[in-house]
Amino acid sequence: MRPLDLDYMLGLLPVLLKYVPLTLAMASVAMVLALALASLMAIVRVLRVPGLDQLTKVFISFFRGTPLLVQLFLFYYGLPQIFSFLTAIDGVTAAVMGLTLHFAAYMAESIRAAIIGVDRSQWEASLSVGMTTAQMMRRIILPQAARIAAPTLVNYFVDIIKSTSLAFTLGVTELMGAAQKEAAGSFLYFEAFIMVAIIYWVIVELLTMVQRQLEVRLGKAHAR
Amino acid sequence: MISVKGLTKRFGENTVLDGIDLDIATGERVAVIGPSGTGKSTLLRSLNFLEKPDAGIITVGDVTVDASTASASEQRAVRRRTSFVFQNYALFANKTARDNIAEGLITVRGWSRAQAQARAEEILATIGLAEKAESYPAALSGGQQQRVGIGRAMAADAEIMLIDEPTSALDPEWVDEVLQLLKRVADARQTMLIVTHEMQFARDIADRVLFMDGGRIVEQGAPEVIFTEPKDPRTRAFLRKVL
Ligand SMILES: Nc1ncnc2c1ncn2[C@@H]1O[C@H](COP(=O)(O)OP(=O)(O)OP(=O)(O)O)[C@@H](O)[C@H]1O
Ligand SMILES: [Mg+2]
Repeated sequence: MRPLDLDYMLGLLPVLLKYVPLTLAMASVAMVLALALASLMAIVRVLRVPGLDQLTKVFISFFRGTPLLVQLFLFYYGLPQIFSFLTAIDGVTAAVMGLTLHFAAYMAESIRAAIIGVDRSQWEASLSVGMTTAQMMRRIILPQAARIAAPTLVNYFVDIIKSTSLAFTLGVTELMGAAQKEAAGSFLYFEAFIMVAIIYWVIVELLTMVQRQLEVRLGKAHAR
Repeated sequence: MISVKGLTKRFGENTVLDGIDLDIATGERVAVIGPSGTGKSTLLRSLNFLEKPDAGIITVGDVTVDASTASASEQRAVRRRTSFVFQNYALFANKTARDNIAEGLITVRGWSRAQAQARAEEILATIGLAEKAESYPAALSGGQQQRVGIGRAMAADAEIMLIDEPTSALDPEWVDEVLQLLKRVADARQTMLIVTHEMQFARDIADRVLFMDGGRIVEQGAPEVIFTEPKDPRTRAFLRKVL
């Protein structure tokens, strides 16, 4: 066993931390887009919108049924060969797009379950006063579904953050890509990768704390 | 004024409303009584399009629709003119008492939020819940929730208030306050169609009592008549059981 090069590890920390904003930005953009897309798909599924419902089912099935890495390669390396206008897309954009579609498929199912979990009486009360379906969804059903789905959705955000590390396979120098480059230069693979692991771990732990706060808050909401 | 002709509703093979004809004058208070499973709730729900009838013509105020083919906007037009009070209150769980009452004014009648909330506070004062304006349904007693439910229906200013067994989900201790409020609503000559198992209450407030059985109106008349000298043997049998 060789001793750890602690000085190297400490020196690496500020280098790697510089990439945290990119990782968080990619994850946040993917999360916001995925949430929007997932909500739309969930509504389409719940309301059984003809045509769109079937399309959504296939979409969800595909993006849940294939590995994220395969999807990313398909987007970045594959699609531009078929659609030349996609050649201009850089790795970051391709990764965010891939993460968005992949996680939207998972989140759509959670949101759908949450919508169905809202008591039937809430739908009937909304309709009985004369609301449109859109008003009912926006003002009564989705806010209640959001409370039900929130903890699960935070879990998906954690997954998205960790999955941004796959962007390095598309040539993006994000947190994982930076660690890979450093390791390749110094040959201190263990030091480089344990540092990057610790950084992800800390981020996720911080987020988990936020999640617990959120759950406490949501538990109290609407109980006053 | 509300007028129903040939209202029919089937669940599969089960004909739950068998061609109901019913006219209710403005200001009239009609109570519906009858055994369990005879279609009383289905009648009210059909008039509010919570069920889609299989046949019938519904007129509420200035709107007449063919119930079986009514478009989404026709259904909304009928709903806007018929307010509903649910057995299980069905308050919006994510809205305060005040906003439960204001919600329909904002979304359906296009009032500003400030106007709607001001009106909601007036109604809360009327129903004795002014101090609960900021409370969510989960923090209210069953009786308070049902009073807010009635307040929500009052705010709708509808042609007719449809009220389905307003006290049967309540703990006994809350029944009186709800019946008292409904009595006040009735005394104000709000047109209403109320399904109730509280026979004394029906007798007190109704101008007319309908006895339903098997998806039909079997017998109807003034409460003094229906409760004291019912003609149909089914009405007699039912009243013998419940009185
Ligand atoms: N959604 C539904 N699907 C199938 N059958 C239904 C449905 N709703 C009601 N029914 C049936 O329709 C019939 C009438 O029901 P309804 O609830 O209108 O009766 P009710 O007179 O209100 O009875 P209660 O006094 O018990 O409330 C019953 O046989 C019931 O089982
Ligand atoms: Mg009933």
